[in-house]
Amino acid sequence: MYAQLVETGAKRLKTLEEMSPEERAFQEKVDAEIKIEAKNWMPEGYRKTLVRQISQHAHSEVVGMLPEGNWVTRAPTLKRKLQLMAKIQDEAGHGLYLYSAMETLGADRDEEIEKLHQGKAKYSSIFNYPTLNWADMGAVGWLVDGAAIVNQVVLQRTSYGPYSRAMVRICKEESFHQRQGYQILLDLMRGGTDEQKAMVQDAINRLWWPSLMMFGPHDDESPNSQQSLAWKIKRKSNDELRQMFIDQTVPQLEFLGCTAPDPDLKWNEETGHYDFGEINWQEFYDVLKGNGPCNRERIRTRKKAIDEGAWVREAAVAYAKKQKQRTAAA
Amino acid sequence: MTQTEALKEYLLRLADSDMILGQRLCELCGKAPALEEEMALMNVALDLVGQARNWYEYAAELIDDGRDADKLAYRRDAHDYRNLLMTEQPNEDYAVTMGRQFFFDAWHYFTLKSLAGASDERVAGIAAKALKEATYHLRRSSEWVKRLGDGTEESHRRMQDAVDILWRFTGELITPDETDQLIAKAGIGPDPEQLKADWQGLVTEVLTQATLTPGAEDAWMYMGGKHGEHTEHLGFILAEMQFLQRAYPDATTW
Repeated sequence: MYAQLVETGAKRLKTLEEMSPEERAFQEKVDAEIKIEAKNWMPEGYRKTLVRQISQHAHSEVVGMLPEGNWVTRAPTLKRKLQLMAKIQDEAGHGLYLYSAMETLGADRDEEIEKLHQGKAKYSSIFNYPTLNWADMGAVGWLVDGAAIVNQVVLQRTSYGPYSRAMVRICKEESFHQRQGYQILLDLMRGGTDEQKAMVQDAINRLWWPSLMMFGPHDDESPNSQQSLAWKIKRKSNDELRQMFIDQTVPQLEFLGCTAPDPDLKWNEETGHYDFGEINWQEFYDVLKGNGPCNRERIRTRKKAIDEGAWVREAAVAYAKKQKQRTAAA
Repeated sequence: MTQTEALKEYLLRLADSDMILGQRLCELCGKAPALEEEMALMNVALDLVGQARNWYEYAAELIDDGRDADKLAYRRDAHDYRNLLMTEQPNEDYAVTMGRQFFFDAWHYFTLKSLAGASDERVAGIAAKALKEATYHLRRSSEWVKRLGDGTEESHRRMQDAVDILWRFTGELITPDETDQLIAKAGIGPDPEQLKADWQGLVTEVLTQATLTPGAEDAWMYMGGKHGEHTEHLGFILAEMQFLQRAYPDATTW
């Protein structure tokens, strides 16, 4: 999931009786699966929650380019290089598309990016982990994009129209990335040397748990989840989504001939799901607080790019102004 | 030198220049001055590496010594690389990045325009597709040179600096050697005199509009890339780009 622990401002859910007439009409619309559009009335909490969630999602796309940028200059073949470049380009496109969806809610892209650079806005915790070998480019596609898709497929039905439509478009590209990522790992496992196979297992060992953390904490840990579900900004709980991801991923893991770093992972005949071990939540909250391996580097890189690009953007504005004056004078 | 030998050499030049400039643009991933630029840079890089692959594939067929496109890209050392020195120059600031792109694009555009009408069908086909991409690249980089040249005081200073830094690598773009002459004579590549005139005409026009001063006509020019004599930068570019293929030479699949 590209948005975690999105603050809704809610301590508990209001009942229909406690709502104002406007709020009640809004909630009934949401309950009837009618999409909310930019011009419709919406509770302030709903608007703020969406801005937070969509901007987090957009920031994640942009910050998510960095761990891949770490390998794009070292991709091993022309084909893999081109694939990775295309993926990164898609992600920049997703970022732009999501920032636009966010701006329909009256938020400003530059302001939200500034919050990111000040450490006030979140992005997916997964991108604070380093990419240490080439197989990470496969594992990121397979596990990270895979986890994102599980969430985003459901978000295609989110109650806010522009966000929902963005998700439809993004999901198509993400599933392509996921298949491509898996193919990288499969090719390495099938035709690779022992060293290459070791890269794959190493990548999975490092990225497995952080991928599961992408879905966020247990639902009973957060009142935000309940409010987001009632507003249908979220459509399924964190734990439900995590279980869906595990259930679909474990057979793929076995097909690769690799293992997960979780001794408790096993099929449960009774529940029809895989059981799995407890996530290290301390690590999750540490990373969220800024204490992951790459938090500092990621934000510094992004901030540096935007700060050092200020003169370029200023020049573009100045030039456009001059051009406008020239056209007016002509 | 036979015509076939010249063609092999010429294809490697095209491929290597595309590849190395594409690699330089990859270095900017996540570091562009705006998200729109992030997309555009990666888009241009993607076009260039895609073109490189097409040229390498054709070169590999003609060279016919068992090496494929990947081997040509990832297993040759600097002295075997034939890219223009311009393409290997570092990104530095966005003015240098865009200046480098513009000087290259202007050369690339006119070269591909001619190659699209080549007597060699394979060359013509690859070039026709590449020309569409290069037309967009040139439009974009020309616009940026104008924006930065005629933008703010700071951007003007930086853009002029970039022109001054890069000027000494422009000679190689328009100074033909035996290979270029043979390729032109075979009805494949551009007539060197025409290419020079087209390139100079466009560059003068854009720099003038950008309120920038070109380098002196008799400026000393740094050349040699086409013959494998490079600046110190290329070795480092290849060390990074070829790392996996060099570190795991026994790997046959990636």
